[in-house]
Amino acid sequence: MAGAIDLKDIFFVEAEELLSALEEGLRAIQTGAQEADTVNAVFRAVHSIKGGAGAFDLKPLVNFAHRFETVLDALRGGQLQPEPALLGALLHSSDHLADMINASRNGTETDPELDQRVIVALEAQAGMGGHKEEEAFVFEPLALDGPFGMDLSALPLTSLLRKVTLTFRPHSGAFASGHDPAFLLRDLCGTDEVEVELDQSALPVPGGFDPGQSYLGWTVTLQTERSDREILAIFDFIEGNCDLTLEAEAETPPDPDGPLPETSLAPSAPVVVAAAPVAAPPKPVAPPKSPDAPAAASPQPASSAPSASTGPRPTIRVDIDRVDRLVDILGELVIHQAMLTEAIEQSPGFGSVEVDRSLDQLRQLSRQIQESVMAIRAQPVKPLFDRMHRIVREASMAAGKSARLVTEGESTEVDKTIIERLADPLTHMIRNSVDHGLEKPARRDEIGKPTEGVVKLSAAHRSGRIVITVQDDGAGIDRDKVRQIAIEKGLVPPNAELSPQEIDALLFLPGFSTATEVSALSGRGVGMDVVRSEIAGLGGRVGIASVRGQGTTLTISLPLTLAVLDGMVFEAAGQTLVLPVSTIIETLRPDIMMRHTLGRTDSVLDVRGRCLPLIDVGAALGFRRTLKPGEGEIVVVVERGDDGAIALMVDGIRDQRQVVIKGLEANYGQIPGIAAATVLGDGSVALIVDPSDLAAIGPNPSRPNVFLAAE
Amino acid sequence: MSLRILAIDDSLTMREMLRQTLTEAGFDVVLAEDGIDGLTQLPDVAPDLILTDLNMPNMDGFGLIEAVRAGDVAPRVPILVLTTESAATLKERARQAGATGWITKPFDEHSLVSTIRRVAAV
Repeated sequence: MAGAIDLKDIFFVEAEELLSALEEGLRAIQTGAQEADTVNAVFRAVHSIKGGAGAFDLKPLVNFAHRFETVLDALRGGQLQPEPALLGALLHSSDHLADMINASRNGTETDPELDQRVIVALEAQAGMGGHKEEEAFVFEPLALDGPFGMDLSALPLTSLLRKVTLTFRPHSGAFASGHDPAFLLRDLCGTDEVEVELDQSALPVPGGFDPGQSYLGWTVTLQTERSDREILAIFDFIEGNCDLTLEAEAETPPDPDGPLPETSLAPSAPVVVAAAPVAAPPKPVAPPKSPDAPAAASPQPASSAPSASTGPRPTIRVDIDRVDRLVDILGELVIHQAMLTEAIEQSPGFGSVEVDRSLDQLRQLSRQIQESVMAIRAQPVKPLFDRMHRIVREASMAAGKSARLVTEGESTEVDKTIIERLADPLTHMIRNSVDHGLEKPARRDEIGKPTEGVVKLSAAHRSGRIVITVQDDGAGIDRDKVRQIAIEKGLVPPNAELSPQEIDALLFLPGFSTATEVSALSGRGVGMDVVRSEIAGLGGRVGIASVRGQGTTLTISLPLTLAVLDGMVFEAAGQTLVLPVSTIIETLRPDIMMRHTLGRTDSVLDVRGRCLPLIDVGAALGFRRTLKPGEGEIVVVVERGDDGAIALMVDGIRDQRQVVIKGLEANYGQIPGIAAATVLGDGSVALIVDPSDLAAIGPNPSRPNVFLAAE
Repeated sequence: MSLRILAIDDSLTMREMLRQTLTEAGFDVVLAEDGIDGLTQLPDVAPDLILTDLNMPNMDGFGLIEAVRAGDVAPRVPILVLTTESAATLKERARQAGATGWITKPFDEHSLVSTIRRVAAV
């Protein structure tokens, strides 16, 4: 079929949505938060997956979904109760279904034995065991070019005409069900030689005619090669809504079901027959309404449009490339707007109120466009968070722990690109929390905590950034142990004096792992250092805080978007640099008395009684070694993650504006202290400084001076 | 004039598949997402035939069929139900609700089109 590949893509996208609806529904049932329709919705999700999978002939998937659906159907029908063990098995099956769909998307298949094990375990839990392989669901093929369910091998190979006489009289219910005898007669006659006799004896006297009633009957005599079954198949839809008899010469070879000298399909639907007399044109035969379909009672469907008020708002699906292109163009727009502004400001005409106002208007409009475009790309974190439930389930099972994930702020919207790239680091952090953070149930019981540990995942917007936290109620970081391991591994000198925060930060060092025994999940060679660098790649940072005995909190802080940021343009060591405005706390011109020296090179700035590390941006980035008079006289106080602020010495502040972020990583890899680059209004390139990273470099870098070397 | 079909299914995959298959077969296709949506669109679409899924949220196929049969807009329009259920009980329920016939999913283009031509024509 043309376009089948596109359809398959649609199926996989839809399957993903269905899977998350499935999991969400099962979780709601588990926590008792289900609504009336939840079980139905869960059933429908699996049912729709089965339907789609069938359309693409994904047999293992269809079989699995069918057996899964059978159990859900029993749950829906009340034959099964949603007990914890059953829900566990259902969730496990839902996870496996996700794996199967994932595998087919990648053109592979999951291990059939595993498929079998999972579904058999579910059926056993449901008390529906004994499902034999040969009972596996097979779609009933519908062969309308031939008769229904007919065995083609049973057809005579030689042309043997026989005489078949058939009488046919539709009930009035047939019209009400949308049947048209003309089509049936057309199909019945086919290309055979026929004699048709019309029986109009039942026609009423003129004046008593009711177009909703059925008054005619036909007797059709065929010379045909078709079998009785083929002929009767034409009438299968109308069966019960008509009187039908068939008389035929014996078929040769005989029909496998034996000769059918006379077959009557007639009086099997008394309900419809009984409804016939009430038929009248404006209100035709109304089949009995089921009480659970109240909307069916609405005689004016057009006026009742509840979907408009209660349904989801209309949406369109757009290729992400188109949106990306819009973002790119927008970036160019912002740059050119800056260029235009700069050109006008330097031209003699500058100063006119009109020009000024127009420029201002332009700036505002381009900001609004930017926000609108970002809103298009923004997606709630909910699907991402939903995926983490499974991680917690699997991690706790593997580690022999009992854990539950609680999510908060799921509707927080984040740029799509960021969401995609958050999945891996977040997965690792969650695994880590379950694996290393939570105590074993026995231990928790001992110290009076509930045996089930809680991992809380939350998202929120905070001062122009997105903050995602992973919080566990476990044992907290064992700092003595961390310190000891760091010393053993040579990460810190044995005599190092470390603050609790510094010890916690050791967890992010490459190759650090506190697990004395490598567990199935954490022993994948991925450490928290990888998490940190992945988050840094998104322009974000990771913080850690821990209280002994009460748990650990990991915090990811991310920019709202990867495309544009509000930047403060400043000068240091002759370079034009940019700081994200969202990180700036204040700018000041400090007194010499505020500055205190620590040791030989380090100094701090006393800002209203609070001592902040003082860093010369020019030196930290390697543009200069020492300050000349008139340099570094302005200080910008910026926050660095969760742990306080630092004071940055700069030479001068130019202005504040929107800058377009241009990544450097693709070409230059990660540069310490630098988040990205941008293009300024005059066409020059400026580097965007990452203040928290700068703090890590410290005031006195002992690395080669890359920037000076480049000049 | 080509046959006008209102196709109702809550699955996006199914809707897209019906749209492609039926359009290629030369039919006019209008899609709806569930029973309520189908019923709402019915007066504007004025279809020659309705194809509907059975298992749908908001209003299922049975509800839709009953509402169409009981309404004034197109009470006699042929309605084919599209379903993965091959169970006889569901067919019987659909028939009693007023369905004209059924098509079992998954269907191929040929069977879909020939079933439609069995119950409707232009």
